[in-house]
Amino acid sequence: MTHVPRWQIVIAAIAVVFAVVYSAPNFLSSTASWLPGNPVRLGLDLQGGSHLLLRVDSDVVLAERLESVLDEIRTRFRAAEIGYTGIGVEQLAGGLTLTDPAQAEQALELAEEADETLDIEVDGGGRLTFRLDADAEKELRISALSQSQEVIRRRIDETGTNEPTIQRQGEDRILVQLPGVDDPERIKRLLGQTAKMNFRMVDETASIPEAIAGRVPPGSELLYEDDGTEQGIPIVVRRRVGVSGDNLVGAAPVIDQNNQPVVTIRFDAAGARRFGDLTTENVGRRFAIVLDGRVISAPVIREPIPGGNGQISGNFTFETASDLALLLRAGALPAPLVILEERTVGPSLGRDSIAAGTLAGQVALLLVIIYMVAVYGLFGIAADIALAVNIALLLGILSALGATLTLPGIAGIALTIGMAVDANVLIFERIREETRRGRSPVSAIDTGYRQALRAIIDANVTTLIAALVLFQMGSGPIRGFAVTLAVGVFTTMFCSLIISRLLVLGWLSRARPKVLNV
Amino acid sequence: MMRLRLIPDDTTLQIIRWRRHAMVGSVAAIVVSAVLFAAIGLNFGIDFRGGILIEVRIPEVPQVTEVRSAFEGAGLGEVAIQEFGEETDFLVRIERQPGGDEAQQAAVETARAHLASTFGDAVEYRRVEFVGPTVSQDLLRGGAIAVLLAVVAMLLYIMFRFEMAFAWGAVGALVHDVLLTIGVFSLTGLEFNVATVAALLLIVGYSMNDTVVVYDRIRENLRKYKKTDLELVLNRSINETLSRTVNTTVTTIMALGALIVLGGPVVQDFSFAMIWGITVGTYSSIFLAAPLLLTFGVRRGTETTGPKAEGERAA
Repeated sequence: MTHVPRWQIVIAAIAVVFAVVYSAPNFLSSTASWLPGNPVRLGLDLQGGSHLLLRVDSDVVLAERLESVLDEIRTRFRAAEIGYTGIGVEQLAGGLTLTDPAQAEQALELAEEADETLDIEVDGGGRLTFRLDADAEKELRISALSQSQEVIRRRIDETGTNEPTIQRQGEDRILVQLPGVDDPERIKRLLGQTAKMNFRMVDETASIPEAIAGRVPPGSELLYEDDGTEQGIPIVVRRRVGVSGDNLVGAAPVIDQNNQPVVTIRFDAAGARRFGDLTTENVGRRFAIVLDGRVISAPVIREPIPGGNGQISGNFTFETASDLALLLRAGALPAPLVILEERTVGPSLGRDSIAAGTLAGQVALLLVIIYMVAVYGLFGIAADIALAVNIALLLGILSALGATLTLPGIAGIALTIGMAVDANVLIFERIREETRRGRSPVSAIDTGYRQALRAIIDANVTTLIAALVLFQMGSGPIRGFAVTLAVGVFTTMFCSLIISRLLVLGWLSRARPKVLNV
Repeated sequence: MMRLRLIPDDTTLQIIRWRRHAMVGSVAAIVVSAVLFAAIGLNFGIDFRGGILIEVRIPEVPQVTEVRSAFEGAGLGEVAIQEFGEETDFLVRIERQPGGDEAQQAAVETARAHLASTFGDAVEYRRVEFVGPTVSQDLLRGGAIAVLLAVVAMLLYIMFRFEMAFAWGAVGALVHDVLLTIGVFSLTGLEFNVATVAALLLIVGYSMNDTVVVYDRIRENLRKYKKTDLELVLNRSINETLSRTVNTTVTTIMALGALIVLGGPVVQDFSFAMIWGITVGTYSSIFLAAPLLLTFGVRRGTETTGPKAEGERAA
């Protein structure tokens, strides 16, 4: 055991070189481009940034789908002369009651034809309930999730944020991480709108007071037009969509001849044709530009607009016009997003945390180094050198792995400094004991390293178990901590068992002490 | 050369003889912790309760009362203001808003608007966090499961490496440490959050680490001194490892001490939890884990030499 195999020396040397080279960028103030590694990546809590956890409210998509299924069923029932009442969608189920329960069988057949993905129940009273079957529901939700992710990415990319992370989590969540963003209000505002836009005709025959009283003509609905106030101006708009926002291919904010910010839009070929037809047929009438159920403006069509270029005027500032243009370019979200969690750290707190964490780490290191020498003398020095290599190796591996260092991660390094010497403490205490029992230095050191090994492995496995559990439960910063801890376990074992042992054995073969002073 | 020896070489403390006192003390401490937890409960942070936390830096150094008055009439329910680190820095905690996840988001905007109207543009937002009810429930459940999972994983590992009595003894010590940490958090009203759960998991790991070292020595001595009384073997093992136990605890607490003093206010509670947990963890591995083996009964002599006991230490 006192013989050192050559491969151990080689591995130790490689490890030390790796540790020095890969951890060096973390200690140099400027990036030294000739070094292969980069400094360890900092988490949002250290470099500043915003973490948003969003939920895609895909119930909305299911409800929309059921609405369109009901429309289809309506048409079929009308053709087959089946009467019904109480049609509507509630709690993710469509329903209607047949006027004549005897028609139930025929109705069921027609409904099944209308959409194959439906689960339909009929009760004795002629009440039909439609639900989407589990597969169809799952498919809709997944596609809503992936579409949302795509639209979120486009919207955030348009704002010029550097290296955003946009990940799906679970069945209905999307995690957005925005490094360097310390005021996410604009992004939250942009993500807070589904931005479904369409162009519809204003129902000019309807009476506004009647509509407010609840008597809206069939085929129309009461909306409010933006005028800068909370409520807006009531206006009755036809439900039928003239041209949909899906047909837009471009949008940009400009200042018009009246010095007002407006948004210019461009349609694709199909949209241009429809928009041309709509404006040709309705010269002199008003059409409404509807965004998320609110009318932006409702101008009068003065002349046909062919060619597919249009302009949206409204109650805009240049900023709101830019945001609207951005939303239109990036496309509509399939469903609204709800922010479940936000954690934003400003750059000043991040800097303070790094400074405080680094100082605490250095002081911890110094205290432990002094203590080890005070308690174990020369052996303490070997443990201290192993500790220094350990920290460098830990930083080097974290940098090379591209792992993220978080504030809890820095705490993890400080903790590793405290616990890293444990293995050497175990070994040295054992050597001490064996020496007291009268063993020769060589034999005591040999026995010490060998006997302590079992306890060291057991002890480190327990820490590793804690780290794995932490990684499983954790998000963001806690995960970073778990990774730091787990990597720390391996570097610690390596440094205490190989590096410190090589140093001790090297000293032993050179000094050939008669008595050990542990 | 002078050496620092916290534990003299020939220490033989009669730890096993004190075991009844230790047990009574520990059981009493566990009962007190349970009572504190039931009576006061934990001061959950926003991670587990939901709500809003805003750390602001206001350069003109206002009083806490001035900051508090900024939120008058905001209709945000309970708003707690606390100086945090520097005298320009304040931590604003706003209770979870009634309503769903959307309500929290709206309240953040209200809070920012009120701060801006009182202190103008000079307000710097160092940290804005809000956790809605959905996520806070997930986190609380996740945290509880994680601690349980860690304890069970440790139990299984000890069962695998040692025999059953050791596993029960180790877990007894472990549960003791976790409960006492929960008790001290109830007592002090320190914030209990995701970082605290992380600290609990580490305490579990550390306490186990300490216990395993003592157990390893007990196992070794049981084999060496087959005829010696179990109490003496236990006592001897504890004393032999005492120096190591104390030295490792000292270095770890040194590192944590540096963190608590210099690491900044964000990691302070975490460091406190760790220092407390490591202290009780060290106590429990000396005074509980080994004596518990007497309670659970270790198989001795010829019949102990099962495959597990003999196989692995041929070294």
